[in-house]
Amino acid sequence: MRALTWHGKHNVQVDTVPDPQIVNPRDAIIKVTSTAICGSDLHLYDSMIPSMSNGDILGHEFMGVVEEVGSRSTLKVGQRVVVPFVIACGSCFFCGKQQYSACDNSNPADKSDLSEVAYGYPAAGLFGYSHLTGGYAGGQAEYARIPYSDVGPLVIPDGIEDEKVLFLTDIFPTGWMAAENAEIEPGDTVAVWGCGPVGLFAIKSCLLQGAGRVIAIDHLPRRLELAKANGAEVLNYHEVKVREALTEMTAGIGPDACIDAVGMEAHGFSPDNILDAVKQETKLGTDRQHVLRETIMACRKGGRVSVPGVYGGIGDKLPIGAFMQKGLTIKTGQTHVQKYLPKLLDLILEGRLDTTDLISHILPLERAAEGYKNFHDNPNEWTKVVLKPH
Amino acid sequence: MSQTPPSTDADVHSAAFLDQDRVEGEHEAASVRAAMINRPREELYAYWRDLSNLPAFMENVKSVEALSQDRSTWTIAGPAGIDVELTSEITEDRPGEYIAWTATEESDVDHEGWIEFRDNAFGRGTEVRLFISYDPPAGVIGKLAAKVMQREPRIQARRDLRRFKQLMETGEIPTSQAPDAAPRADRHL
Repeated sequence: MRALTWHGKHNVQVDTVPDPQIVNPRDAIIKVTSTAICGSDLHLYDSMIPSMSNGDILGHEFMGVVEEVGSRSTLKVGQRVVVPFVIACGSCFFCGKQQYSACDNSNPADKSDLSEVAYGYPAAGLFGYSHLTGGYAGGQAEYARIPYSDVGPLVIPDGIEDEKVLFLTDIFPTGWMAAENAEIEPGDTVAVWGCGPVGLFAIKSCLLQGAGRVIAIDHLPRRLELAKANGAEVLNYHEVKVREALTEMTAGIGPDACIDAVGMEAHGFSPDNILDAVKQETKLGTDRQHVLRETIMACRKGGRVSVPGVYGGIGDKLPIGAFMQKGLTIKTGQTHVQKYLPKLLDLILEGRLDTTDLISHILPLERAAEGYKNFHDNPNEWTKVVLKPH
Repeated sequence: MSQTPPSTDADVHSAAFLDQDRVEGEHEAASVRAAMINRPREELYAYWRDLSNLPAFMENVKSVEALSQDRSTWTIAGPAGIDVELTSEITEDRPGEYIAWTATEESDVDHEGWIEFRDNAFGRGTEVRLFISYDPPAGVIGKLAAKVMQREPRIQARRDLRRFKQLMETGEIPTSQAPDAAPRADRHL
């Protein structure tokens, strides 16, 4: 089959690779009909995530049609499914608590050592996202093997196009959980850093969860426009001092909750960020956590900070005094996708939100490398890329 | 060990708390690992007690042949692609709770192990602790070779116990082995 594979920093290409096979009883093989490039794929593209290996298939946002099932899969050949980017067994302590992205079993034993060293406990398996999270092949391919297919995939009713449900795989539940972690009370003001796909879904979700007001922060005009069209007030950080603006707009109280939808590759020219960038470039191992610092500083006393943005390494210079003295709550984590799927599918079917407005380009899989390059280099125009493998 | 009474309730006498790079034990290489397994204690004990099941989740145990109720011959993938054989004898067996075994003198390697099953007091399943030790073949060179091949007891106990947990909790052992489980492009493209 054809698949998008990683060969080093800024080097991805579509190659011919072997077809995946059923290897375990709970497996299923799906024929991928749509797959998207995620902002977090750009961390792989930039070679910011350790333990990638030459030839790995990328992609963790994908859906398709069931092609083949193992003896213990509950799926049926021909069903349309969206596949959560988190692989979860459904039977461990963590899955029992619906903390699916903490699944204790989905990362193969021979791949778990690294995350156990880096994070203290082994990470769950994810599709197409380095060997730290299992070394599973991704879904930017013609076919994909789905482990524990009786737990993850959600069957989609006929008559609704792929583009409307594709983002159930990651960015919609990720934005939704980010809003949930912001513990929104009616009338709250929520500030969202980053108007990429996750930021946009966080804005939509905050408003659906009762926020009175969402203030979105970015510097790209097209992305700010999308945020505005979704009901957010916007701040361009190239034009204003963000913290002063937020204080002013909330008459001195500050946002009740702050969402970091940027993560480890924050842009901007604040002194802390330049120092972080130098350290990152010289492999000294710190993430660029400028946005996280800013959310902590900007958040009101007693407020909440929610972090859907991806971090992978070590942080420093966090304003720990502000965090403690203001009594903030921070919640974060990879998304427990499986927990949210039925409810979010209902919201889509009820027409409660537009899940397609962020898509800027639909390309055949063969042009995936071009999609990566442009999503990376021209983020203003390329806001979301969907790939069609067949 | 210190003469003062322990100030913590943790079982600090367990080998799991020893810094194995510094403390020399009876064996050259040993490890204890613990895992919470969300299955009944009796079921876990019964699966392990049928030693013919071991190759299903122990990476380097290629086969187990029962000689009697308590004795069995194990073929183990050793360093540098050489198989080693050992005859294992169960030295203690408390049904549902504990199994200990040791390699008999005619074995190629000096090996012993035990596994313990305890109910978690708060309903989280069964606490399983696995101890594996062995003196590898050909002394230091064998240990170096085992290290290279990632078959050191510490890694082995960790991975084998994880696979046991995965098999018991989910009915299968997850894998991302290329090419079938996880296809990939040729490394030399």
